[in-house]
Amino acid sequence: MAVVKLKRPKLDLGEKIYFGALIKGFFLTMRHAFRSLRGKSVGAKDLESSGLGVTMQYPEQKWDEHLPEHYRGAPALVTDEQGRERCVSCQLCEFICPPKAIKITPGEIPSDDPWAKVEKRPLEFEIDMIRCIYCGMCEEVCPEQAIYLRKDYAITGLTRKDMVHDKKKLYEIGGVRTGLVNKWNELK
Amino acid sequence: MSDTPSATVEIKLPKDLAAEKGMVNVQIDGSWHQFPKGTRIIEACRQVKVEVPHYCYHPKLSVPGNCRMCLVQMGMPPRPAPGQEPTRDDQGYEPIGWMPRPVIACANTISENMGIRTQGELVEKCREGVMEFLLINHPLDCPICDQAGECRLQEQSVGYGRGVSRFVDMKVKKPKNVEIGPRIRLDDERCIMCSRCIRFMDEVAGDPVLGFTQRGTHTTLTVHPGRLLDSNYSLNTADLCPVGALTSNDFRFQMRVWFLKETPTIDVNCGTGTNITVWTRGNTIHRITPRRNNEVNSDWMPDSHRLNFHYIDGENRLTEPLAKSGGTHQAVSWAEAIESAAARLKGFAASETAIIASGRMTNEELFLVRELSVVLGESLLSIVPRTGEPDGLLVAADRNPNTTGAKLVLGVEDPASDLSAIREGIRRGGIKALIVLGEDVMTDADFTAEDLESLDFLMQTHLLANPTASAADLVLPGAAFAEKRGSMVNLTGRLQRLNRAVEPPASAKDDWEILRDLIHALGGNPGDLNLIEDAFRAMASAVPAFDGLTLSKIGHQGHQVIETGYQIPLLANERAAKAAGKING
Repeated sequence: MAVVKLKRPKLDLGEKIYFGALIKGFFLTMRHAFRSLRGKSVGAKDLESSGLGVTMQYPEQKWDEHLPEHYRGAPALVTDEQGRERCVSCQLCEFICPPKAIKITPGEIPSDDPWAKVEKRPLEFEIDMIRCIYCGMCEEVCPEQAIYLRKDYAITGLTRKDMVHDKKKLYEIGGVRTGLVNKWNELK
Repeated sequence: MSDTPSATVEIKLPKDLAAEKGMVNVQIDGSWHQFPKGTRIIEACRQVKVEVPHYCYHPKLSVPGNCRMCLVQMGMPPRPAPGQEPTRDDQGYEPIGWMPRPVIACANTISENMGIRTQGELVEKCREGVMEFLLINHPLDCPICDQAGECRLQEQSVGYGRGVSRFVDMKVKKPKNVEIGPRIRLDDERCIMCSRCIRFMDEVAGDPVLGFTQRGTHTTLTVHPGRLLDSNYSLNTADLCPVGALTSNDFRFQMRVWFLKETPTIDVNCGTGTNITVWTRGNTIHRITPRRNNEVNSDWMPDSHRLNFHYIDGENRLTEPLAKSGGTHQAVSWAEAIESAAARLKGFAASETAIIASGRMTNEELFLVRELSVVLGESLLSIVPRTGEPDGLLVAADRNPNTTGAKLVLGVEDPASDLSAIREGIRRGGIKALIVLGEDVMTDADFTAEDLESLDFLMQTHLLANPTASAADLVLPGAAFAEKRGSMVNLTGRLQRLNRAVEPPASAKDDWEILRDLIHALGGNPGDLNLIEDAFRAMASAVPAFDGLTLSKIGHQGHQVIETGYQIPLLANERAAKAAGKING
């Protein structure tokens, strides 16, 4: 690796004493203190109910509507507008998952199923939320647009078993997602 | 011209030097090499580690040249005009006149001063074009395809394809998910018409049931009307298939191949000792495929042997040592089990005990069995013969994988000769204690329940619950073939090695360790045996055929220790085909 040598900045006397910066910081703090007393702090409108409007009273108050579009919460499986489960258990997410949180048992779709031509779907799909690090690689690797990181972040449970999301739970969190590529439709 | 006096005094040209050895000079990607005359271009490239992508070519099958993927640029020296001497460079090679059109590397043989280019614009454009044609109708179902991860089409599409499809029309529809045999499923849309399966069934399996129907884009692989792909070698077509058109029902949707660990070992279902690869994930075996060994099984294996592994993690697997008390078996610790076995065995005279070993045991285990019989005072010792119908290809009549090893290690001509003596001895009442190792004598050796009841002491080591175990006073759980290391000698006299692919379940233990502990408990001293290597070393010093060998020296391809004269029929067929110039491998 290339080594870049940095030069220490030359400080003048005022910077060396650093008293000026201290006073500057003090005034900044005081300015915010007065503003919050006058009810004009940042985000005061959202946090109205919490006294001065500067502290979020979690969990009574939540920041959910402020979560950005790209927020990475709990991974979940989705169905599409045709009610088809998107996952075909190709196990790429299981392979890519860095903490090995995903465990898939593949299964065959019986021939009398309307989606029999897809041939394969997960018999069981488990994500261990104690292991999950919310990295989103499963979503990125999925060739079927079947797994998405949703905005659920408060994943709790009383036992280790509670923390393992099974297929049912994953579809519950995931819900229906529309506007995806439907490559398994009759026209290819 | 070369026999004129003036030519003989010249420095020998490379072509003459090569011709003396029956070789020819070929330039591959700019560097000159020598190959034997008659070598195919693709084989020559393989020998110098230059990869030529291909689908239909297989060294053990005839060469149809129909996939066109192995196109390379070829060049020969231009023919000199009458009276003109060919020009040569300072190394003595003639300049190569490159042909403007490519040739297929699989069906063309090399010749003197030939030039081959496997790189370059022409070849790359050709490959791109062939890939594009192959992918026109190929479905995009890699996520559900079992071949994904070991698919030639996937690999070569990444390596040589153009990346993006220009094709806007509908793809041709063909039959999908067709049951063409009891163990094989066909997806015609994935087929790239390489015809490897057709040629295999015709040339190797001798059951030509597959073929193409229709023409052009609609070419369809089908099974002959009224027939099924039910040959005992049908699953080899799934291995051969470069795409996912033919897949194994047994492995279907079980596990993606990129999770699987490969362990090279050998098959134990018959005396041929087919070389196999065991594919495992964690402690589960997911499939078994043949592994190339040109002295044993070529590239193939029978389905019956390939699928015979599900018992390993079956319901009735023995996992704890069991001792009978009051008519029912109770789980005991290994220490207790070995101690009680030794205590009971010490109470019998040598003539009152007998050992029935198994031809499925490894050489190391059989060596310890011999030691055990010495410790017990040269008691009767026999293995159980196991025969079946040979199929004239790979399946041998002797279904014990290590009969030859038993002959060598036990030092007898027929290791099964004393079996009837033991049976008679029990019926006469002379034999009161019987040790059965890895065999179910009620099912496989004509022992009756009364015979076993009349014994004072019966102990058995086995993998699975079985009638003999129900009658036994002590049952010790052993390890299956994929769970142990050791060596076996096949019918041709080739010493081959078993490797451990998975761990034995629960308390089950390697058989050689059980025997070693039992010998120790009986007061014998088989030496300081801590590893299987130690057991092999001890055996190699006692058995002349294994002199100077170690377990690691055997290697993955085996080591011929004796010549028994036994011929594997499939290999004989293959050698005949090679001699006739039909195949290259």
